[in-house]
Amino acid sequence: MTFHPKLDYREAHRSTRKMPYDDGRVFVYDPENRARFEEIAKRYPPEGRKSAILPALFLVQRQLGYISLSSMQHVASVIGCTAADVEDVVSFYTMFYTQPVGKFVVQVCRTLPCALRGAERVTEELVAALGVEPNGTDPTGTFTLIEVECLGACDRAPLVMVNDGWHECLQPEDARQLASDLVARGEEALTGCHHQRPEHPEPRTPNPEPRT
Amino acid sequence: MDLILTKHVREPQCYTLDFYLKHEGYEGLRKALAMKPNDVIDLVKASGLKGRGGAGFPAGMKWQFVLKDTPKPKYIVCNADESEPGTFKDHLLMERNPHLLIEGCLIACHAIGAKVAYIYIRGEFLHVQRVLEQQLEEAYKQGYVGKNVMGSGWDCDIFIHRGAGAYEAGEETALLESLEGKRAQPRLKPPFPASAGLYGAPTAVNNVETLSNVPSILLRGAEWYAALGPEKNGGPKLYCVSGHVQKPGVYEAPMSITLRELIFDVAGGVRDGRPLKAVIPGGSSVPILLPDQLDIPASFDDVQKAGSMLGSAGIIVMDETTCMVWAAKNLLYFYKHESCGKCTPCREGGDWLYKILTRIDNGEGEMRDIDLLVSVGNNIVGKTLCAFGDAAATPALTTVKHFRAEFEAHVREGRCTVPSDWRASRTPVGAH
Repeated sequence: MTFHPKLDYREAHRSTRKMPYDDGRVFVYDPENRARFEEIAKRYPPEGRKSAILPALFLVQRQLGYISLSSMQHVASVIGCTAADVEDVVSFYTMFYTQPVGKFVVQVCRTLPCALRGAERVTEELVAALGVEPNGTDPTGTFTLIEVECLGACDRAPLVMVNDGWHECLQPEDARQLASDLVARGEEALTGCHHQRPEHPEPRTPNPEPRT
Repeated sequence: MDLILTKHVREPQCYTLDFYLKHEGYEGLRKALAMKPNDVIDLVKASGLKGRGGAGFPAGMKWQFVLKDTPKPKYIVCNADESEPGTFKDHLLMERNPHLLIEGCLIACHAIGAKVAYIYIRGEFLHVQRVLEQQLEEAYKQGYVGKNVMGSGWDCDIFIHRGAGAYEAGEETALLESLEGKRAQPRLKPPFPASAGLYGAPTAVNNVETLSNVPSILLRGAEWYAALGPEKNGGPKLYCVSGHVQKPGVYEAPMSITLRELIFDVAGGVRDGRPLKAVIPGGSSVPILLPDQLDIPASFDDVQKAGSMLGSAGIIVMDETTCMVWAAKNLLYFYKHESCGKCTPCREGGDWLYKILTRIDNGEGEMRDIDLLVSVGNNIVGKTLCAFGDAAATPALTTVKHFRAEFEAHVREGRCTVPSDWRASRTPVGAH
């Protein structure tokens, strides 16, 4: 094995620990989310109570929008594990936001099948339309733009995920329109292209009311 | 061939319980409940059903290995963490045919003697999860799941667990770790999940498509199922065709269909009539096949003979405008980002491969970088706990193997020589 002189091996390792974000507020579940948590915890046997960490964190994110230091401590106390157990999980998974994010989190899939159909250009157009760089939030707190790994919809490429909804077959030239539609109509602006394109093999199932 | 898994997916109401019951829904379960668990396992073994998640391990064997004589509860875990780039078949099955999966889970539980099944669904599939939850609730209400399943006196629960964004959670032991509320990192094997899986109890982990195949085997028998495809590769298969094709999508076919038929007949051929350059036949983790290697049946055994793997049947098609250095770099970014960090060769090696590929793509590479790529790649393969290491090294190794001239051209010219108008202008100066 030769070490290549032009590769910078001295740069900080990318897993360097980031301290949890402390927003200076004490987090507790509101009664509704607390009840939801108790309902979810029943799905797992008593020895597997830690299984509820992931759903518990989704509930935090639903209530607060991101995961703060205090919320990690709260999750640890309702589950009965250490705060370090919770931080361990939060720091691993990409869907947990450790910083406040914008009202619309726009996630562009950048992996090969989407990239083959122009995902790089979609990102480029979105950067211009939203006025934020990837991994950034605009000053008004409306948009956060993130480039993400394969979302599992390569037949609908390029795919953009806004909060929990999908926007399929987004053409680069339509990115600006999507941005303004989002501001005007919220997540209503998202479309599944499969509704409009009959040659596609399957339609989309209408989405029932959210419950998680 | 008559479609089995996706026959009704175009019909608007196909996901409802009423529709499912009108089309032989839960009849397979009724038959299974009248059989002894061991007979169900023997039937599935006789059908030759291979796991559809990527490894192609026989599902019946997996169930047979689950420890029987233990005071611990047993579990079925359904792997719905579909995150292999180029794969999107489970999404379709869960969204349009959720009861098929629910029935498959119940039959599997009956076969191994489990009373609980967990469906681990990836976090990004929230819209699919809602459909699944709604239909599961409906099945509970009508007595197909829960207490006294179909009046048999047998209880079985199914719970849905939402993942939070980790490719590694698709590996079965990492999925169990994640389900236990930890980081999705693979375990040292043995012990295999069949003896010590979820919460240390015997567990079988099966893919969505695998479980969705089970009801039809119960209904029509093992011989019928095995006869649906080439020898040892029976049953229907879902193929996901994506990339530079006219009609990307999920297509069901027996495994006797050839890759060429799938790409050119079923998916409409390469877009704009351009020449084909390369095909990744089984999700991003498997070696590339060249256009002259496509006249083989798209079965587990035949694709392996051709030097690749069918994997999760995610067929990624690339036309002549694709720069292979860029494609490898794109995939290595994915693997370095998704590496769970447990094993050093994969955690560090993936990063190195990405750095070297970036240098070559930027036109700053040297000739020896190409050999360095191969050297680093070969030092990852086979040296990690799970198959992720091999998967991460493959895109670099296979592109260098088949397209070495393109890498050399990048180094020599200091830029990319492949024209591609669909690439972004923010790509490195000099390239594209």
